[in-house]
Amino acid sequence: MVARAEDVIPQRSALWAFITRWLLTTNHKDIGTLYLWLSFTLFFTAGAMAMAMRLELFEPGLQFIEPLFYNQMLTMHGLLMVFGVVMPGFVGLANWQIPLMIGAPDMALPRLNNFSFWILPFAFGLLISSLFMDGGAPNFGWTFYAPLSTTYGPPSTDFFILGVHMMGISSVLGAINIIVTIFNLRTPSMKLMDMPLFVWTWLITAFLLIMVMPVLAGAVTMMLTDRHFGTSFFSAAGGGDPLMFQHIFWFFGHPEVYILILPGFGIASQIIPTFARKKLFGYHSMVYATAAIAGLSFVVWGHHMFATGMPLATELFFMYATMLIAVPTGVKVFNWVATMWRGSMTFETPMLFAIGFVILFTIGGFSGLMLALVPADFQYHDTMFVVAHFHYVLYPGAIFGTMAAVYYWIPKWTGHMYDERLGKIHFWMAVIAVNLTFFPMHFTGLAGMPRRIVDYSLQFADFNMVSSIGAGILGLSQVLFLYIVVKTIRGGEKATTQVWEGADGLEWTVPSPAPRHTFETPPEFPPVMNRDADERTPVSTT
Amino acid sequence: MTSIASTLKNGLMLMVLWGLSDTVLAAALDMRAGVTDMSQRIQWLHHLSLWICVVMGVLVFGAMFYSMYAHRRSKNPVPADFHESLSVEIAWTLIPVLILIGMAIPATTTLIEIEDNSDADLTILITASQWKWHYQYLEADIGYYSNMSTPSEQIQNLEPKGEHYLLEVDNPLVLPTNKKVRFLTASNDVIHSWWVPDFAVKQDAIPGFINEAWARIPVPGIYRGQCTELCGKDHAYMPVVVEVRPEAEFDKWIEDQRIARELASGQAVADRAKTWTMAELMEIGERVFMEHCATCHESDGSGQGSTYPALAGGDIPTGPIAAHIERVMFGKSDTEMQSWAPQLSDLEIASVITYERNAWGNATADVIQPRTIYAAR
Repeated sequence: MVARAEDVIPQRSALWAFITRWLLTTNHKDIGTLYLWLSFTLFFTAGAMAMAMRLELFEPGLQFIEPLFYNQMLTMHGLLMVFGVVMPGFVGLANWQIPLMIGAPDMALPRLNNFSFWILPFAFGLLISSLFMDGGAPNFGWTFYAPLSTTYGPPSTDFFILGVHMMGISSVLGAINIIVTIFNLRTPSMKLMDMPLFVWTWLITAFLLIMVMPVLAGAVTMMLTDRHFGTSFFSAAGGGDPLMFQHIFWFFGHPEVYILILPGFGIASQIIPTFARKKLFGYHSMVYATAAIAGLSFVVWGHHMFATGMPLATELFFMYATMLIAVPTGVKVFNWVATMWRGSMTFETPMLFAIGFVILFTIGGFSGLMLALVPADFQYHDTMFVVAHFHYVLYPGAIFGTMAAVYYWIPKWTGHMYDERLGKIHFWMAVIAVNLTFFPMHFTGLAGMPRRIVDYSLQFADFNMVSSIGAGILGLSQVLFLYIVVKTIRGGEKATTQVWEGADGLEWTVPSPAPRHTFETPPEFPPVMNRDADERTPVSTT
Repeated sequence: MTSIASTLKNGLMLMVLWGLSDTVLAAALDMRAGVTDMSQRIQWLHHLSLWICVVMGVLVFGAMFYSMYAHRRSKNPVPADFHESLSVEIAWTLIPVLILIGMAIPATTTLIEIEDNSDADLTILITASQWKWHYQYLEADIGYYSNMSTPSEQIQNLEPKGEHYLLEVDNPLVLPTNKKVRFLTASNDVIHSWWVPDFAVKQDAIPGFINEAWARIPVPGIYRGQCTELCGKDHAYMPVVVEVRPEAEFDKWIEDQRIARELASGQAVADRAKTWTMAELMEIGERVFMEHCATCHESDGSGQGSTYPALAGGDIPTGPIAAHIERVMFGKSDTEMQSWAPQLSDLEIASVITYERNAWGNATADVIQPRTIYAAR
């Protein structure tokens, strides 16, 4: 056995021990925990920014914040939610679960894993520090279109560029680690087509990350040289092309939105069979559909740019390619329904969130299909309708997916069952508030309200007030979630090894809480599930 | 509090009216039909795709909810164990493809017509800058700026908001009915987007590019829209207003503009000939400053950080006159300080510079005459 950081660092004091434990850890479970807490912290930070925006939009007129600050809020909210909440949240889940689900002792590259995580607090520290700089934080939207972000960007844009670079490095290293782990540390008796769907979706996501994060890095580097080294990549005055920025950005950006949702698909595909007590319907088509979505995601970026004056042929190509994504996505939804069909369902909190995920994500998918139609997109584009669309796929999609995963696996992590009654209250609060917040945005968008505006004309007032009230309830519901998580960590009913009667897979063969080191010898696959046994199931752990 | 109550009441009313009245529903919840053939066809396309989604949603969610009811453990304690079916999986792959083709065909034919910008009767060059539109009638050689006219008191909640709050301008774009009008969009600084929902025309204005779009508007009236691409601080304050007049009235309006231009150039000559007093210039200057400059530099000249420098005690308003004139007339490149020479008259520029040099404790006692500005052009 190799020496571990925590074994060789001299223990000087309790504080020092605490710091070195978390700073130097190479344990996948510790690093998973760190990622999840970072994600959770930034979730409340970016959520508070959304609250500031909804407060300002509660009524027409300027009441609380100035236009420039509003633009900073919407930019930071988007950047933090995408790069700081959803991505680290999913990476945290991957760190905890992938080794447990494939019977690996740890991630394949543990020190790299530590490095991938510890880049992030500094990256977000840089990004958030820009709020306190002269000229304020980046104010050009999370899509940072040139030349608003280059020639006209505030001085803090350089901090943003460096921050994005660091996040990108972290993501690529994390993705490499996940791919290497899945290919090399899988227990030998588990074939690729035996892997749990969460592992499959993450494998595909990791490839997407490796392919597109460097593109983003390229875009911000070109911004940096435009700003400081006299190049004119994106400056028309210097012979450059502002539209090229959008092409590069969305070549990253569209696969990115699938990075933000594919692991969620995997989570739903784990949870629904467990609580339907029935095998996942169409395992193979689920894998192929995920791969098809990932492949198509590289050839649809132009649908973000229909209003930029594209030629007809290009518009038609991107429209057809985008519509085609509905097919594999539909297959996934149908498979989930078929999994539920004639199952024997119970509705614990993870299942509720998974069902909320499927229904509300599908609504977001429907509006996505509508947005694909170019003529109609001329009316929807850059209105609140788009804001409604992507919040439907991201909040009940990525965020509900992550929450479902936390409820599903937290007994394995902490050894305690969460409070089921509070979990259900959390779900119903969140699901009602999500719809109250985002559904009216469809209507304001269709009526003509552009997105990213600090103030609006009187005709949009009623629905905006409803959205703001919904957002307030939504924010409160997540405070309840924090309480539930902390309460579960501190105590609660003891979780069994199996945790969920219908659960299947290697992670449910290790004790709850999962010991620090698991699967030091490769387990047999498929495992013998011990559904009726108590938690002292004999399994190969240290 | 009353407004919350009224919102709740309105929300309740909407639910009650749901299904009772198509018109109320349509007004509040639907995509705007607009007035052009194209906007109405786009609304039809929106309805087509919406109803397809609604039907699909009812089927899929209906099956889910039925299953949740009928296949819950208390009713169905023993789960089935099927987990694949090739025929079913092929069916639910192919059927959506057919539905999508059904949507793609009308979308394609409509799009082909939208992109046909040929044979226009009239061409308008729309040039965007932060945060206003400039309209140029290419055939008539007429051009002017269009700024939002909502007073800042309404935005700051000091006065009641007007009916067209944030959707009103000083000089609307005037168009004739029943002519194919081609819009060319361009930008002087960042990317903007010109949108009039009732025409279903939304086209980005991108520096270095000229994009095109068109509309044929059958109904006279006033149509309102907004900039729809985040373009900086005052993105929310960049409305588009189009006034559509019957053709004869439009022709007369064009003629009136020509006459007005002649008169204005005569007025400019007179302005140059006159030697203005400090008091006169300060009065005009304050008005011009509040209208064009205060949004960034603040009405008390205090500015907003280094992005929008303070003018009270600032280097330029208290420094050499020539540098001050240069900055106001030609702006500072790569910043939001734009060239005001094309936007304001000699008198306006002279008075606003005079104002900046003598307001808020800037006591240069300099008086700048319109003829000085004319010479600097």
